[in-house]
Amino acid sequence: MILFENVTAEYDKGFPVLSELSFAIEDGENVGLIGANGAGKSTIMKAMLGIISHSGIIKVDNCPVDKSNLADIRKKMGLVLQNSDNQMFMPTVYEDIMFGPLNYGVARGEVEKIINDVLFKLEITDLKMKHNHKLSGGEKRMAAIATVLAMEPSIILMDEPTSALDPYNRRKVINIINSLDGTMIIASHDLDMILDTCSRVILLSDGKIIADGDAKMILKDKKLLEDNRMELPLRYQ
Amino acid sequence: MTDIYKAAREFHEMDELAERDSAVHLLHPLVKLIVTIIYILITVSFHKYDLYGLTVMILYPVIMLFLSDVSVRICFYKLRFVLPLICAVGIINPFFDRSILLHIGGLTITGGVLSMFTLMLKGVLCLMASFILAATTSIDLLCGALRKIHVPGIIVTLILLTYRYVSVMMEEVSVMTTAYRLRAPGQNGIHVSAWGSFLGQLLLRSMDKAEELYISMQLRGFNHEFYYADSKTLKFSDILFCTVAVVVFVVCRLINIPVLLGGLFV
Repeated sequence: MILFENVTAEYDKGFPVLSELSFAIEDGENVGLIGANGAGKSTIMKAMLGIISHSGIIKVDNCPVDKSNLADIRKKMGLVLQNSDNQMFMPTVYEDIMFGPLNYGVARGEVEKIINDVLFKLEITDLKMKHNHKLSGGEKRMAAIATVLAMEPSIILMDEPTSALDPYNRRKVINIINSLDGTMIIASHDLDMILDTCSRVILLSDGKIIADGDAKMILKDKKLLEDNRMELPLRYQ
Repeated sequence: MTDIYKAAREFHEMDELAERDSAVHLLHPLVKLIVTIIYILITVSFHKYDLYGLTVMILYPVIMLFLSDVSVRICFYKLRFVLPLICAVGIINPFFDRSILLHIGGLTITGGVLSMFTLMLKGVLCLMASFILAATTSIDLLCGALRKIHVPGIIVTLILLTYRYVSVMMEEVSVMTTAYRLRAPGQNGIHVSAWGSFLGQLLLRSMDKAEELYISMQLRGFNHEFYYADSKTLKFSDILFCTVAVVVFVVCRLINIPVLLGGLFV
């Protein structure tokens, strides 16, 4: 379970990007974070992972997010970054996927099995020994997801997982998200994808929660979305 | 294709060269590292006038290049920017050391000239040996080998991250150069007036990118120590190669083989 209680975070003093946020996400929930640019979607994820400092209380599985237990919290959570180029820093896909499990002390033999399983699940076994700089945008995104899945996190955070993907790869990512177990938090402007993958939506604006509830209800509310610089998903237009 | 893009591609080619599976590539990285270090130490230890003795050391890079299936052309092409610098090292020697050492026909060879050629050859050989090591061993395996010989983790991590960030930075330069050229058609390179802001932007962008990469590493449990690619256990052939190579180097250093061979015919 993830708990936010009166969480405020700011990059520049006096300019909060999250202000007094409170919400809870139960285990196994798929939650979509939506909102205009600068609403605070990515910042929520960063705060959960202890990348930026915050005031208030953030708890992950009853464990408060602070310096003393960051390692434990990060072990439970996997973040797929918006820009896959920033996620892949090893020469090959194989070495990149291996990086996380090895850091968490998984034996090399076991890591090999994990890599093969993850690549098979994502249907990208052919990318195993490929160099990262030779991957296409879609392949890179798949490989970035693989690097996170290999750590077997119980909570997966995805920041704009379908941005810059062609329709085929976008659909593939949606299918992958739907096939995964565990808690999933997805920040995106792709509201159709959010509808396909999330049962709950949190709508943010200027670091505040404007709406929190059933995805279909919120994403059908034209006025609510337009008031917050968004549009209805294509299927509802 | 921009020069920067070409340079970035050339940079990645080293990784691809290191992935071949020739006899040299299959050698244990630690063995290759040790042999290269010993080769360099022995090569630089030759006396400044011992050009004849040094010539026999050419055999190592030549044989290794042949066995590793890496062409001499690639080797010299990749080293094209460093070689002139290395060759420039001894260029002032002829002006300081004017003692006459020998006459070849009507040509007088001074100590300065001889030491200049010796220094140049030493530099070229050491560079070639280093290139062979880099071209036949991936950076991860190399760093793993460095850790095995107890080079401090912080230094090895620094080497590895520098290697990674160089390519990241080159990609940023490539993107920025393309953006500049598209808005400055017909201009040759980047105008001097834009250098300051170009470099400033590059620094800021590289820092942002480096920070994102570092966050990504931290989120995957990075704790300032890399787990390097697993190199295989030492085989008999690795030990044999190391022993033979070191013995040959020492013999070449202690016995002036060219002079010895020459003596057989005189």
